[in-house]
Amino acid sequence: MKKHILPALKLTVVMIILLAVIYPLAIAAVGKLTPGKGKGETISVNGKVVGYANIGQNFTQDKYFWGRPSAIGYNASGSGGSNKGPNNPEYLKLVQDRIDSFLVHNPSVKKEDIPAELVTASGSGLDPDLSPAAVRIQVKRVAAIRHLDEATINALVDAYVQKPLLGLFGPAKVNVLKLNVALDELH
Amino acid sequence: MNTELTGVIVTFLITVLLAIPLGKYIAKVFSGNKTMLDFLNPFERFIYRMCGIDPQKKMDWKDFLKAMLTINLLWFVYAFFMLLFQDKLPLNPDGNPAQTPDLAFNTAISFLVNCNLQHYSGETGVTYLTQTFVLMFLQFVSAATGIAVLVGVLNGLKEKTVNNLGNFWSIFVKTITRILLPLCIVMAVIMAFSGSPTSYDGKDTITTLQGDTVNVSRGPAAGFIAIKHLGTNGGGWFGANSAHPLENPTYLTNMVELIAQMIIPIAMIFAMGIYIRKRKFANVIFGIMTVGMLILLVPTMVAEIHGNPAIAHLGVAQPTGAMEGKEVRFGPASSGYWSIVTTIISTGSVNSMHDSSMPLSGMMQMLGMMINAFYGGCGVGILNYLIYIIVAVFISGLMVGRTPEFMGHKVEAREIKIAALVTLLSAFLVKGGVALAAYFSAHHPEIAWAVKPSSWLNNPSYHGFSEMLYEFTSSNANNGSGFEGLGDNNTFWNVSTGIVLILARFIPIIGPVAIVGLLANKKYVPESAGTLRTDSITFGAMTFAVIFIINALSFFPALVLGPIAELFSR
Amino acid sequence: MKNSNKSSMFAKELVLPALKQSFVKLSPRAMFRNPVMFTVEIGTVIMLFVTAYSFKVNDKTIGNFSYNLAVFIILLLTLLFANFAEAIAEARGKAQADSLRKTREETPAKKVSIVGEIFTDEIHIVPSSQLKKGDLFVCEAGDIIPMDGEIIKGLATIDESAITGESAPVIREAGGDKSSVTGGTKVLSDKIKVRVTTDPGESFLDKMIALVEGASRQKTPNEIALTILLASFTIIFVIVCVTLKPFADYANTTISIAAFISLFVCLIPTTIGGLLSAIGIAGMDRALRANVITKSGKAVETAGDVDTLLLDKTGTITIGNRKATNFYPANGIDKKVFIKACVLASLADETPEGKSIIELANLNVNSFNTTGARFIEFTAETRSSGIDMPSGLKIRKGAFDAIRNIAIKAGNNFPKETEEQVRSISSNGGTPLVVSQNQEVLGVIELQDIIKPGIQERFARLRKMGVKTVMVTGDNPLTAKYIAEKAGVDDFIAEAKPEDKMNYIKKEQVSGKLVAMMGDGTNDAPALAQADVGVAMNSGTQAAKEAGNMVDLDNDPTKLIEIVEIGKQLLITRGTITTFSIANDVAKYFAIVPALFISSIPALQALNIMHLQSPQSAILSAVIFNAIIIPLLIPLSLKGVAYKPIGASALLRRNLLIYGLGGVIAPFIGIKLIDMILALFI
Repeated sequence: MKKHILPALKLTVVMIILLAVIYPLAIAAVGKLTPGKGKGETISVNGKVVGYANIGQNFTQDKYFWGRPSAIGYNASGSGGSNKGPNNPEYLKLVQDRIDSFLVHNPSVKKEDIPAELVTASGSGLDPDLSPAAVRIQVKRVAAIRHLDEATINALVDAYVQKPLLGLFGPAKVNVLKLNVALDELH
Repeated sequence: MNTELTGVIVTFLITVLLAIPLGKYIAKVFSGNKTMLDFLNPFERFIYRMCGIDPQKKMDWKDFLKAMLTINLLWFVYAFFMLLFQDKLPLNPDGNPAQTPDLAFNTAISFLVNCNLQHYSGETGVTYLTQTFVLMFLQFVSAATGIAVLVGVLNGLKEKTVNNLGNFWSIFVKTITRILLPLCIVMAVIMAFSGSPTSYDGKDTITTLQGDTVNVSRGPAAGFIAIKHLGTNGGGWFGANSAHPLENPTYLTNMVELIAQMIIPIAMIFAMGIYIRKRKFANVIFGIMTVGMLILLVPTMVAEIHGNPAIAHLGVAQPTGAMEGKEVRFGPASSGYWSIVTTIISTGSVNSMHDSSMPLSGMMQMLGMMINAFYGGCGVGILNYLIYIIVAVFISGLMVGRTPEFMGHKVEAREIKIAALVTLLSAFLVKGGVALAAYFSAHHPEIAWAVKPSSWLNNPSYHGFSEMLYEFTSSNANNGSGFEGLGDNNTFWNVSTGIVLILARFIPIIGPVAIVGLLANKKYVPESAGTLRTDSITFGAMTFAVIFIINALSFFPALVLGPIAELFSR
Repeated sequence: MKNSNKSSMFAKELVLPALKQSFVKLSPRAMFRNPVMFTVEIGTVIMLFVTAYSFKVNDKTIGNFSYNLAVFIILLLTLLFANFAEAIAEARGKAQADSLRKTREETPAKKVSIVGEIFTDEIHIVPSSQLKKGDLFVCEAGDIIPMDGEIIKGLATIDESAITGESAPVIREAGGDKSSVTGGTKVLSDKIKVRVTTDPGESFLDKMIALVEGASRQKTPNEIALTILLASFTIIFVIVCVTLKPFADYANTTISIAAFISLFVCLIPTTIGGLLSAIGIAGMDRALRANVITKSGKAVETAGDVDTLLLDKTGTITIGNRKATNFYPANGIDKKVFIKACVLASLADETPEGKSIIELANLNVNSFNTTGARFIEFTAETRSSGIDMPSGLKIRKGAFDAIRNIAIKAGNNFPKETEEQVRSISSNGGTPLVVSQNQEVLGVIELQDIIKPGIQERFARLRKMGVKTVMVTGDNPLTAKYIAEKAGVDDFIAEAKPEDKMNYIKKEQVSGKLVAMMGDGTNDAPALAQADVGVAMNSGTQAAKEAGNMVDLDNDPTKLIEIVEIGKQLLITRGTITTFSIANDVAKYFAIVPALFISSIPALQALNIMHLQSPQSAILSAVIFNAIIIPLLIPLSLKGVAYKPIGASALLRRNLLIYGLGGVIAPFIGIKLIDMILALFI
């Protein structure tokens, strides 16, 4: 083994320089050319940053469209899911509570129409999106509280539905933050 | 057909279509043929000169292994001490603390062995310095180690009788400069343009639309994400791994990451066929592995798309399937596909939380890791498959009335002894580890440890058992994914999985190298009509049967008490 | 002797001692050789204690007495069945060897007295058992040869039917390759002086008996490798069972010791573990039944791997020697006259060719008056032979150019059409013999090698097995090529000298092939020793027999083919029963695992796909199935799995379907049936 130590040591140093210094710095340089300048794409309202485009936020007020439940309360200094097993009784009780609460805030919605994504936590705890169906089911509530007619809001939602990739791959989705920002701008 | 399914199918097809030319390219690189990247020759010669390496020097299998083990040992020491003192070192904008010795031990080993178990969380447990200088560095070199060992093994199989597996250093360097780094640069650029951060800025603080104040973790993640997948490492920059919207922002990046983690393992199979001039052999292996993947994949996707019956029981709709722990932008089909890809390939990155997968999916994920040879990790997947082949060759050789032979060399007691040892090892490590954990859970739940065994588990009953089983299975497979509900950042889990990790990495590497080293030294036996062809579909099916039987026999009772009991207990 | 042992596999005189042996073999020291069965024995002993304990103490976690007792008895039976398999295989081999040995019971020997180092002419009678290596003895007509030996003086016809079953007497004589005599055979005529070549108890037969009895039986490399694999499976199941305890604790389930041990014994590959040595012995036994004495088990195994087979042309591929097959008279010569001349020229010719000419002519030899005739012997110079009649008639027969010289010298022409005929005979693999009368060519006799009927099929079969056949002959390359093609061998060595064989073997071995050959002469000995499988003919010299690793009592050159098949069969039997044994575990898991946990996890009833009555009957059924499958497979182990030369992949497919898939399915049916029967009693 002795004869291998010296080359191993030198090779390690060379590789650290190549892989841990040159490579990430080169990528960081390229990153400067991207829309978010490599720091993450932000969304501003009146020049003030209100969030990151890709990071979900907590919406609890009835005037906003709600996003997914989050196991970490949308605190993006961390990330993670609930890690609850599908048959965990405690977990099922929590889901039941979310259903009840949703029904309280959306009295016109029938339970069997609630999409599960509105009562189950996302994997990252920062999921920025909802499926179009999960947004539409909240339209009535939002319209009522903002005194707008549902058609206007529905039109807005339609404008914010992002189609599957190339129209072919993956699910359609709506970015909740962007939608809510647009909603505020409706007034 | 809906867009979620087409997304999955097209992702797989693109992977294979890209893997074929990549395989040809890899074969060329190691055969010394002309390639596009030959302009790197002077650069590589410079590295050799700097490091005092003679790239032409032949190594027999023992020397080859010694070189590999020496440099790995060095990396471990380096990584351990860096993590231990990271709080005092620069590039720590978020002011994260040092790792405890047991966590540093686990983390260092985990990244050294291409596992990336991550008993810490990326946002708080490491600094930008250790992320790049230790973890990302290890992600490169551990993947290169696996590929280099496979190439050494192929060198042994390539020639009739040979005592030379090639020069470890030169194969290793070429793997980095010719394969991993160029691919990573391409992918990192895609990631950067899709929204993954690249700058070294620390945490940002913002006030949300609703008026809450939250912090947002960032950092130079794009390059890390590239090698984490291309090197089948799987360790995430952020805690939530590729479920995190900055680590995997869009469906496109999701496809890219899926392709990236699968492409080198598949390309290595095709490269093997070209390199040792046995294309049919490689194609049959690819076919069997693909069938194996489908057997695990189809039930998983069906279960995930169908949704959680317990949730259905609560009366809500599941139009997008089981959503707990999943992201809307990926959906259950792609999440199910990812969960199988990442477990058969030993990547261990996740885009959904496996702990919340359906019981059947959880079982398939664990089976993927137990088998650990359907494509498998960079280089090591084929090495694992080789062990199954040796056992299959032996039994089927007997069944056709001929002393077993593989690639023209007789398989005898010594080779069988090594193959048997490697086969035994995973049963021993996984079940031994789980038995230990189950023992403490059952008999000493309140023992006075920093984290009591009674609070290890995030879920009761069978699912809790699955959490323990998954953790050791993942460690043994050097996979790195987890049922993350498990409270694993404490001495018991850090040390026990650390030991499993190191044994389960190096013994299954040493084993095949030794077998091939021994075989290659033997007299070459030419093929005749009586020789059992190892490139036939029949033999492929035999290997599949061996894989199925060995794993079923080793793990059936454990699976019964975890996911199977949960599946039937409704 | 041959085929005399047609008695059934389980003849009473074999079974009784075998039963006794089954118990004797329970001794741990004997069991230790077989790790799989040794662990079963440990389990059985533990169950014995558990049973005794449960008789005294009523402990719920231990289970009731009768259940424990039942498990104990079944485990004990498992052990006994395995031992019985080995014992019956040994008994059969021994019976076969004994019947051979009977032929050489105490016989009086006419020993030549020795004074110092000098043999005298004095002879006295001693029992054969007192003969030692190097002693001389004399045998006359009617004597039984007391001991294996080599004739050093004289010639005798010997009846070897006691050993080979062949009733035709054979000639054995001093010097040359037919000098060996075997103890137990009978001298029919003449007198021979023989040197003893082996000490008592050390003849090949004795060695073979010792092998069969297990005293000196060593595991073959292949057996060792398989044992390692089986041991590792056993260890996997140790891990499975040991770790099941904390798993069960976590799941709040109590598992009784009986259930643990049952699970363990069911899972470990007891079927192949119990039958492994029986299969090996049966392989040697099958060789013995084919009248081949093997010097080690490894030789039989190696035979199955042979890539290249060296076969002598004469006796193996062709029947004996060349035979006359046609008379072609020259133009204008009466065929009868020609044939008569041929017969006259051959009357004194004692070579088989000469005799075959007379045979083909089918004339009454006694009608020829040869008084005063002078026979001309064949010499290398003249390369012709013949007869000079008192009438002045000179008839010669010989090679084409020799006779042509005679004719041309006398100023006669060599007829064109005869020359054509000569050429056509040569190119067809025949040998032309030209006959002249008074320097005038009469015609040509065609001599042909007669290829044995059915030999082509056998070579085709060998080719499918992947064995390359090589013909060794003294013929010229042209003739050799013709015969080789006609017989369907893959290669030939023409004009072969003994060292050619040796070189060919070495050449093949360098390229990694295993070579088998058969030989009898002393000059074959080096090649026999060099070959991976060397089969010496029993009639061959002692040197040849020492050099080879098998001895064929029948002196049958085609025996090699049989030996290869026996070797393959041995390996196949081992492989298929291993596969079967391991495949069985799937069903056993489905029987036992739900049974273990069903009380605490009722949902696992879903895994009880066989719908077994109760946890207890499920476990008992599995253990009973595990035990009785051993005796059920004994006949297969002893007879061997049939070898079919259909190509390796096809064979694998076939055996994988029968023994792999069959091994998965059979226990489901078996365990279910046993459970249904048990339901009647429990």
